[in-house]
Formats: sequence, structure tokens, C-alpha cells
Amino acid sequence: MAAMNIESILDRHSREAHRLVQILRETQDALGWLAPESLTAIAEGLDIPRAQVESTAGFYSFFHTRPLGDYRILFSDNITDRMLGNQDLMRTLCEKLWLEPGRVAEDGLVSVDATSCTGMCDQGPALLANYRTITRLTPARIDEMAHLIRRRVQVGDWPPEWFHVEDNIRRRDVLLDHGLAPGEALAAALDRGPTGLLGEIERSALRGRGGAGFGSDIKWRSCRDAWGDAHYVICNADEGEPGTFKDRVLLSSYFDMVVDGMCIAGFAIGASKGFIYLRGEYRYLLDRLETRLAQRREAGLLGRNILGRGFTFDIEIHLGAGAYICGEESALIESLEGKPGKPRIRPPFPVTHGYLGQPTTVNNVETLALAALIAVKGGEWFRAIGTPASTGTKLLSVSGDVARPGIYEFPFGVTVAEVLEAAGATDTQAVTTAGAAGSCLAANEFGRRIAFEDVPTGGSIMVFDQSRDMFEAARNFAHFFAHESCGFCTPCRVGTAVNARLMDKLALDRGSPYDLDEMEKMHHLMQGASHCGLGNTATIALRDILAKFRPAFDRRLHSPDYEPGFDLDAALSQARRMTGRDDAGAHLTDNLSAHAGGHPSEAKP
Amino acid sequence: MSSETQGADVKPRKLKVATVSLAGCFGCHMSFLDIDERILPLLELVEFDRSPITDIKHCGPCDIGLIEGGVCNAENVHVLREFRANCKVLIALGACAVNGGLPAQRNHLELADILQQVYRTGHGLADGSQIPSDPELPLPLNQVHAVHEVVRIDYFLPGCPPSGDAIWAFLTQLIEGKEPTLGHGLLHYD
Repeated sequence: MAAMNIESILDRHSREAHRLVQILRETQDALGWLAPESLTAIAEGLDIPRAQVESTAGFYSFFHTRPLGDYRILFSDNITDRMLGNQDLMRTLCEKLWLEPGRVAEDGLVSVDATSCTGMCDQGPALLANYRTITRLTPARIDEMAHLIRRRVQVGDWPPEWFHVEDNIRRRDVLLDHGLAPGEALAAALDRGPTGLLGEIERSALRGRGGAGFGSDIKWRSCRDAWGDAHYVICNADEGEPGTFKDRVLLSSYFDMVVDGMCIAGFAIGASKGFIYLRGEYRYLLDRLETRLAQRREAGLLGRNILGRGFTFDIEIHLGAGAYICGEESALIESLEGKPGKPRIRPPFPVTHGYLGQPTTVNNVETLALAALIAVKGGEWFRAIGTPASTGTKLLSVSGDVARPGIYEFPFGVTVAEVLEAAGATDTQAVTTAGAAGSCLAANEFGRRIAFEDVPTGGSIMVFDQSRDMFEAARNFAHFFAHESCGFCTPCRVGTAVNARLMDKLALDRGSPYDLDEMEKMHHLMQGASHCGLGNTATIALRDILAKFRPAFDRRLHSPDYEPGFDLDAALSQARRMTGRDDAGAHLTDNLSAHAGGHPSEAKP
Repeated sequence: MSSETQGADVKPRKLKVATVSLAGCFGCHMSFLDIDERILPLLELVEFDRSPITDIKHCGPCDIGLIEGGVCNAENVHVLREFRANCKVLIALGACAVNGGLPAQRNHLELADILQQVYRTGHGLADGSQIPSDPELPLPLNQVHAVHEVVRIDYFLPGCPPSGDAIWAFLTQLIEGKEPTLGHGLLHYD
């Protein structure tokens, strides 16, 4: 049975090793988990070393190489979920199911754990039940969920309203109010021709919306000019930055603009194939998007001879498997090729050596949708919106302590204060403007502008009012990075783990200035020595919060100089138990006694 | 570190240096001896307090303390605290002091299981063999820790062991009152 399943999955993917991530996902969907014999069968079927299959299977959070229960419940653990009480809900569910978080029930029925932000911050707390999104959790829903699990009701038969995901669009501007019919932008692009189109993109001064702000025209031109057997367009829908959910809305309700944008990019660079790399957390969108792609093929808006104009371009959706790092373009490409999502050494850049070593342009979902808009309206029109260095509008995902969380489309140049006012934020203490990976603004900075030249953002705006403990936000981010570091380079793998441990130490009120200095040193080390952007940005928010909200940290300092990293006396517990000793020498007093010059002979009776 | 000069004909005070190996193999100390004949000019500048060279049992007030090895038992904690209380500058010398090193490989095992197996259920034990419980013996910690988890450390000198040249370069810079930096070839982690 299992073997047949795997054989048919392998056949469906033409036994191509670079489709390994998709093969593993489908195998797990069919069989519940990735058993050793399944990995062996896949390795043999693809004619690749088993270690290669195992390394990919072991890399992604959403792949399990051991059984994790018929029901796998993953609570979204972004700081916004925490602010909405996800920890109490998780504890309650665990109690009702007689479980410990992270452990599988003894009867193999269920496991409950936490996962990184699932992109539902505007309607949290959220969770994934067998990788299907459930929003707006309440104690009542948790209560009923425990019953459903115990009665072994299939997740597909749970109350449908639980799976409802709202768009929550609060402010529309040129993109969200585009008024274009599917394919209209694509037709306009074909009319302009590749050179004319690239000229419009250049005139628009469109910059990448993922956060880095690289010039789209430069990227497309370099890709077009690069020599290769084939060119590829990749739509980066691995929207993993905590607090970002704008791509979710674009894919849900503006998918035709995104597809038009991809086709336009393909037309501009001379590609006939595109991929959408959809984050695993958005699995619930997959079937709907596949259906829409099929409809577009039938309508002549995708595939062969698009609009009867001789242009051929098709799109395939690849699903990620719970790895933030795959939002980095070269890690994303590695993942598309069936490998663990570890960033490549750049250069060469993907525009010359990307997917399968061929010229590839990787663009954010929003960038592609905007390119479609520009194809119709022209570069000059677009350039008139926003600021000279940051043209056009930006979709902001606003969540946290605001009356109206959701999507706000503002022209670049809007102040943080204006965004806060629109969202109904009061008594605001702090705003993070690039998720866990960017700066955190204090109230005196709310006059600053959202723009690449002032406050750059990928769209994550998380708002914290005066009641919030900013230390907890910093600690949440530190743990996020410790979990999401790909482990490839030592500064990031070790640095993120050290920071998380130091923050936990402070959380126990056992901190000292020494620990804060350590984090500062770690910041400087990781900035210079990390392999990719994850390590380079992993300490920015932490450092910013530490600098601007220092009292939240000082409260947790136990001594003015130094505090040990662990409870020394408790560290002798097992030896005391095993030897039956309880004399003075079998205990360690706290650090203060050190200054009295204690030594072994004094400590003994 | 600054060596005070008190006059043209007065030699500067010798700096006091103490060294110890906690949960280490003395390999870093052996590497220290690899500075070879440079120990003679070094002895012009420093005087050893507690160290395997002197056999002094307790460290007195010192300028520099060198700690080899991680912290595996209660006695290590006491010795390390004594060094911290007495040394102006404390240096973690070598991989075990910096990270816990080889002895920390036991950290993924439960200490209780280790004691049970070594003294009670293992092969070749005498009948009635017990886990030693004499108060003279220091109790092992549940896990082996790096020294910076127990006391404040001023400098870290990695390597298994750090080479004699690295130790020499580090100490001479420190004694000259410079901020020690180890360049390419001297700084390594294996």
C-alpha cells in the first residue's frame, strides 16, 4: 500500500530528484509521516543517495521522520499570537488531551506544539491542524477541538467557519483598487513588447517589495541579458517574516494580478516557465490557486500561445514546508531543486545562475502585482506616487494593539503615526517595522516615514501599546531566529542559540550586565561573519529593543556584575540523589560567596 | 594590564600569573610549555602563583589567571570562584574552558544513568559495588559547563589546544598592556 503510494507519487513527478520537496510532502500527506522505509523507497525511485533524501526530510519543520500523531496541532507562536493569549489556549488544549507540548500522546493520537508565525496576525490566535489554517481561536473553540480530536473526527469535518480566513483590507490605493480584468495587464505588456515594457518598469523606478528594495528593472534586464538554456520566473510567496500577511491577501483576492505579473516578468526576461513558491503555512490556498491557474489556461491567459499572441508561459506552484530561510532567494531556489533550504554563496546571483543553474528572476508577490499595474498605466504614472526614491504604494500588514488590524495600502512616504491613526492604535509604546528582522521604533520616532530611504519595510507593522513588555517581544524574536537559523554557518547557528539562552536567563530574573554585553558582542560578530541575511539581521530588533526599552531588561538583572548561567546548586541534584549525600560539600551556595574566597576545604564539614 | 615603571634603575614589578586545569586534560598546559625557551624571558616578566609549576595549592592575589578545562564538579566551581576572586584578568584557555569541550560530550546522558552504569550495573564490578559517597569527593554536576557560565571571563583563547605561539602572542600582548588580538594562523577552533 505504502509502496504503491510512493510509486504513483514518484511517477507523477517524473522521478525528478529536484522535485524532492514536493515528493516528500505528498508522501507525508498520503502516509502520515516519512518512515525510514519510505525515504529508502524514494531514494531508490529517484536514484539518488538516501542521505540526500534524509537531509532534505530532516531540514524542514513540516516534515516528520517520526510519527507525530494522527492529529498534528501547531500553534502559531508569533508575538502577536502571544499577545492574543495563544499560550493559555495551548496549555488548555494540552491539559484537555492529557499531553505535554511537543510530545506525542501515548496512543499516537495527537501532538501539540508551536510553530513560527503562520501569517494570520490580523485574526489570531491561529493554529495549523494537520497543516490546515484555523483562525480566531477562543477557549470555546479549543474546548470543542479537544472533543473532536478525542472522538477522532477528521480535520476536514471540523466546523467550516473555523477555517475561514478574512482579507481584512482596511485601506485601498492604486493596487487594491486596480479595476483591471484578468489578463488586461498582460495584454498591455504584450502590446509594449519586451523593450518597451522594460522601459516602463525602469521609468516607474519600481523596487522589490520583499524588503531589500532592489531595482526591478535592473534585475529583469540582467536576467534577460544572461546566457542560458532556459530562463525562469519565481514568485516568492514564502511570506515568513513574523507579522506579514499581505501576500496572503494578494494571493487570495488578487491572484490574477500576481499571475499577470509573473507572465509579464516572463515576457520581459524571455522565460516560458514560472514557479510560485508558496509557504507551507498557506497550504489552504493551494487547491484554489491551482484551480484558477487551470481556468486561466482554458481562457488562454496561461500556457501555450497566450491571448493568441504566440507567447508561451506556464506556472507551477511549489509548496514550502515550514522554513523561514526559504524566503531568501537562493535558499528558495535550493528548496525548489529539492534540497535543504540553505542559502548559496553569492555571487553568482540567481539572475545569472538560479534555478537549475539558469538565469532566474525571483520577485516578491507584491512586486509582480505592481509590475502588472505598471504595464497598463505606465512608469511615469507610477513614479508620481510615493517619494522620489520609493515610488508607488506599499501594502502594510498591521497587527498587534490596534483597533483595526489588517491590510493598509499607503503611498510610500506615509508616516508611522498616520498608519497608527488609520489602524486605530492608542497609547502606542513601540512599532516593529520589519518583523523580527528589523528595527523597532519608539514613540519619539513615529514621525518617520515608511520608505526605503527612511523606514524600510517588507510590510510587517506590529504595534505594541504601553501595557506590553517589550522584553517579551525581544525574547520571542530571539527564539524565532534560534529556531529558523538553517544551521549552515557557525556565527548564526550558535549566535542565535546563545541569544535565546541569554534571554531565557533574563526571563528567569537571573540576568546581569555581562549578559547584555554578551548580546551586544554577538550582534557585532553575527553582523560581519554570518553567511546570509538571516544571521545579519537576526539581532537588529533585539539590539534596538534593548537600546530603546532598557528598563524592561534592567528589571531582570539580578546582580550588577555577573550572574551564573544556570542554578549551580540544582546542578548537583542528580549526584546528591545517587550518593544520598546532603552535607555542606554536597551543595553550592550562590555566587556571592565566591567573594569570600570559598574553597573546597572550607566548604566541607 | 600596565606594568608600572618606578624609575630608571628599578625593575618593573613582575606580574603574578596563576594557572589551573579543571575538567581538562592538561593539554593546554603542555601547549603552554611549547613556548619552549621563551619561558626564560617570560620568567623575567612574570612570577607563577598557583600552577603545576609551583605546586601552590590556593591562588593568591594575581594579575592573570589562565583556566584550562570546563566545569564538571563542585570542586571545579570552588577553584574557579577562587581564581575569579583573586585574578584581575581571567582567561578561558582552550576549547574545554571556552565551550565545555570533550568532557561535555556526556551532557546528552543523564548523570544518574552514568553513575548507575559505571558503579552499579557495569561489567567487571566487584560484588556490592556502590556509587562513592565520601564527603571528601566533589560531586559531579548534572552537566559539564563552559567556565563563563560560572564566573565572568575577560578573554577567550580557543583551540584544542591553542598553539604555544598563540599562547605566547596572547600573553606578551597582555603583559605589554595591549588589547590581545590573535591574527590569522593563531586563532583556530579545532
